[in-house]
Amino acid sequence: MKTKDALFEFLLRLADDRLVLGHRTSEWCGHGPILEEDIALANLALDHIGQANNLLEYAAEVENEGRDADDLAYFRNTREFRNIKMVELPIGDFGFTIVRELLFSAFNLHYLDRLKQTSDKQLAGLASKAYSETQYHLRHSKQWTLRLGDGTDESHRRIQSSLNELWPYTGELFDEDEIEEHLVFELNIPNKEPVRSGWNQTINEVLEEAGLERPADDQYMQSGGRTGFHTEHLGSMLAEMQQLPRAYPDAEW
Amino acid sequence: MKSTSLHINKKQVLDWLKEVKDPEIPVLDVVEMGIVREVEIKENSITVKITPTHSGCPAMQAIENSIISLLHEKGIKKFSVKKDFSASWTTDWMSDEARKKLKDYGIAPPKYRADQQIDQPISERSIECPYCESTNTSLQSEFGSTACKAQFYCHNCEQAFEHFKCH
Repeated sequence: MKTKDALFEFLLRLADDRLVLGHRTSEWCGHGPILEEDIALANLALDHIGQANNLLEYAAEVENEGRDADDLAYFRNTREFRNIKMVELPIGDFGFTIVRELLFSAFNLHYLDRLKQTSDKQLAGLASKAYSETQYHLRHSKQWTLRLGDGTDESHRRIQSSLNELWPYTGELFDEDEIEEHLVFELNIPNKEPVRSGWNQTINEVLEEAGLERPADDQYMQSGGRTGFHTEHLGSMLAEMQQLPRAYPDAEW
Repeated sequence: MKSTSLHINKKQVLDWLKEVKDPEIPVLDVVEMGIVREVEIKENSITVKITPTHSGCPAMQAIENSIISLLHEKGIKKFSVKKDFSASWTTDWMSDEARKKLKDYGIAPPKYRADQQIDQPISERSIECPYCESTNTSLQSEFGSTACKAQFYCHNCEQAFEHFKCH
């Protein structure tokens, strides 16, 4: 396996998680429960999409075949996307979006902290930048999880139900394959398993304070996103996200 | 033989770059904000390296375009503007002068580094009101009108203001 090819795949994985989650969270824009949350969620989405853009720019540079970030974002098909399934699910209610951001940002806080140590300077810089932004995301999701979990009967019921629904998608956060093993060796990227204990600690603290029950770990865990196998949701999402540049390929702002 | 070397130095280019202001906060220039990381001058070409403040900052495109226009205007024929991610932008790079300008403009400047406040309870932050300088202020939301700003309210002079977030 060539390091260049492995790095390209790895960058797509990081980028696609953020591009898809960013797009999903941005669907709240104009529909937030209160004005401050409309702004907050739009800001989270902006961070995610900005990170995706930076990662895709770097991926295009690594691939070196004349594609740019826009080509990668708008002209790849569903089977070429490398995000985990959790981020492509529809936004659900406010609590569902919050729990998803919580699970994702808790993972990335610990993971990006380690990814800063990679020998690839560009990637280290990108990880460092994303890490600072993730702190704000995590704080935001934690605060809302507490309010909803320890809120009314209805808010508690809804957010517990969202947590239960999302749990089978959390296993995929920790999936690794030979592409990452290769980069652990060549570029000192972190292994994912050691991140699990940090993630568990962060999640457990919030759930306990919020009065929420942690779902069982010994259940079937979804996977496949990293190699292009997605739920039925990604196709429709991409159709919406990609339709303008595909309909008008020469369009410019 | 006609020389192809440029008769300018790094300081000259940096002075030029001070004409490029942050589109959202026009009292600040891109040099004092720490956005311009490096200016390299080789025989007949200039390379300006910039780094984004926040990952999704939409002003970066405008800043890049402004730098390109500026260098054209100054008659530079060969140049490039590159994004450099190797060091992550932090509010620590903002000069004291820049912080003062922010305050005078009505935006509370950054106080801590983001990693110093990961779990700091919101009630423990004391951000000074840029209008009346009181610390009797409270955070309304960590997200504001742009990626870099948070919303605060001053109980003393009863005005809302924005705070440039520590990053």
